[in-house]
Amino acid sequence: METINYQNFRIEAENICVDYNGKVALYDANLRLKPGQICGLVGMNGAGKTTFFNALTGFVNISKGKIRINGESVRSAQKDQTIAYVPQNEGIDSQFPISVWDVVMMGRYGSMNIFRCPRESDVQAVKDAIERVDLTDHLSTPIGNLSGGQRKRTFLARAIAQRASILLLDEPFSGVDIRTEKLISELFIQFKNEGKTILLSTHDMIHVREFCDLVLLINKTVVAYGETSEVFTPENITTTFGGISPDFLFGPES
Amino acid sequence: MELCSFLTLDSFITDPLTHDFMRKALFMSSLVAAVCGFLSSYLTLKGWALMGDAVSHSVMPGVVVAYALGLPFSLGAFIFGVGSVALIGFIKQKSRVKEDTVIGLVFTGFFALGIVLVSKIKSNIDLHSILFGSPLGISLSDVKQTIFISLLVVILLSIFRKDLMLYCFDPRHAKTVGINVFFLHYLLLTCLSLAAVVGLQSVGIILVVAMLITPGATAYLLTDKFDNMTVISVLSAIISSLIGIYVSFWFDLETGGSIVLAQTFIFLFAFLFAPRYGIFKLKKLFAGYK
Repeated sequence: METINYQNFRIEAENICVDYNGKVALYDANLRLKPGQICGLVGMNGAGKTTFFNALTGFVNISKGKIRINGESVRSAQKDQTIAYVPQNEGIDSQFPISVWDVVMMGRYGSMNIFRCPRESDVQAVKDAIERVDLTDHLSTPIGNLSGGQRKRTFLARAIAQRASILLLDEPFSGVDIRTEKLISELFIQFKNEGKTILLSTHDMIHVREFCDLVLLINKTVVAYGETSEVFTPENITTTFGGISPDFLFGPES
Repeated sequence: MELCSFLTLDSFITDPLTHDFMRKALFMSSLVAAVCGFLSSYLTLKGWALMGDAVSHSVMPGVVVAYALGLPFSLGAFIFGVGSVALIGFIKQKSRVKEDTVIGLVFTGFFALGIVLVSKIKSNIDLHSILFGSPLGISLSDVKQTIFISLLVVILLSIFRKDLMLYCFDPRHAKTVGINVFFLHYLLLTCLSLAAVVGLQSVGIILVVAMLITPGATAYLLTDKFDNMTVISVLSAIISSLIGIYVSFWFDLETGGSIVLAQTFIFLFAFLFAPRYGIFKLKKLFAGYK
């Protein structure tokens, strides 16, 4: 029974702790997500959002707890290309001499041979992904010449080309234009219908209400977790942001 | 008249080639420049200039000890190069001192150790040639070692070209799709140590960092494509070496310094006149006249 139960969950994080040289960044955090669920990760800067992502991708080691991806270890999830990470625009070097095509092709590296020679199927996957984010006119454009929104879409295309079943998105809506925002929200609906699981961090309360089935409020540990309608209350948000009221943070309309 | 020989470009180029030591110097320096230029793209994009400086200075005691014990100098240099990086990582992790301070502290420590060892170990070590390079006086066993190490670095970089590019660009993605980031990190450091070892013969320990960063920086100003950057970096490194050696031959100048100066001039040229990223942005100027 237990194995079947595991397979029902895409992501299972149990009491995970992460510390950097003794400095605790995240403790006793839990999260369970099923296929087709979109979960918002909300917290202050330094609350452990990026650390949570890093733990799920295996970029940092957890010091306690357990992470299961599709019922297996993080390591085998890496081998199976299960998780795609879409970085914040600030998290990448936009002056790196690399084109849209090359970035999206990096989504295929994990399943290529050691020389990373693209097969026909890889080329097709990259083409399709670029088309889905509407960047076909910019195949060979260096990423430094793209707008913030176009750059965001490039990294989304990389995640699509990877054919991952879990998408982790760090601030997907920050610094993007209206067109990109619309395209991303359409893609979210498609991903949901394809049964992908999405975990996204955001500062924007409106986006949480709009897209997220579930919300995870964190401040070094989980403050609240559950259905957005139940958990995303002013009281919980105030606790998450260290006693500052949501009106003050986001304006009265949220 | 010595000046007469400058009158024809032909003799300017061919005369030095009649000397055996010059042919060897030109070949070896070009090879070393190509290797350092290849690696240079990665180091400049990764932001490892200071690391390159650290490793190249830290190999000093290794070279001295290897000479004293009669071992291949590249072995000693390699051990101390990698050792310095390990020590930098260890001190950084175990103390609150900032990384650039730790790097500066460790490599000057190693370098000082090297200088003290030279003064203590009585042997025929030529401090001047270690510090400033001696491409004109390179021995046969050094030639073999240099060719072997150069080929090794070129093969490693060629095989892992794309993975290293990904590692420099987005290590988090590399890790997420199951690529061994730890391996790539140490692969790049190993190549850095090896390149520093061969580079120091051309221009010496003090200036070898220029071989490892200047060609990459020049290329970075001239292109937006990674593959082109590598090609430009290698070519500009080789051309600088040739210019440097010829100039040092005809004007009786220090060879290592001449090579690095040639690189610096090529960088300055790119800095001023690069089509897109130069100060004068030639492309835009011309576009304005249309």
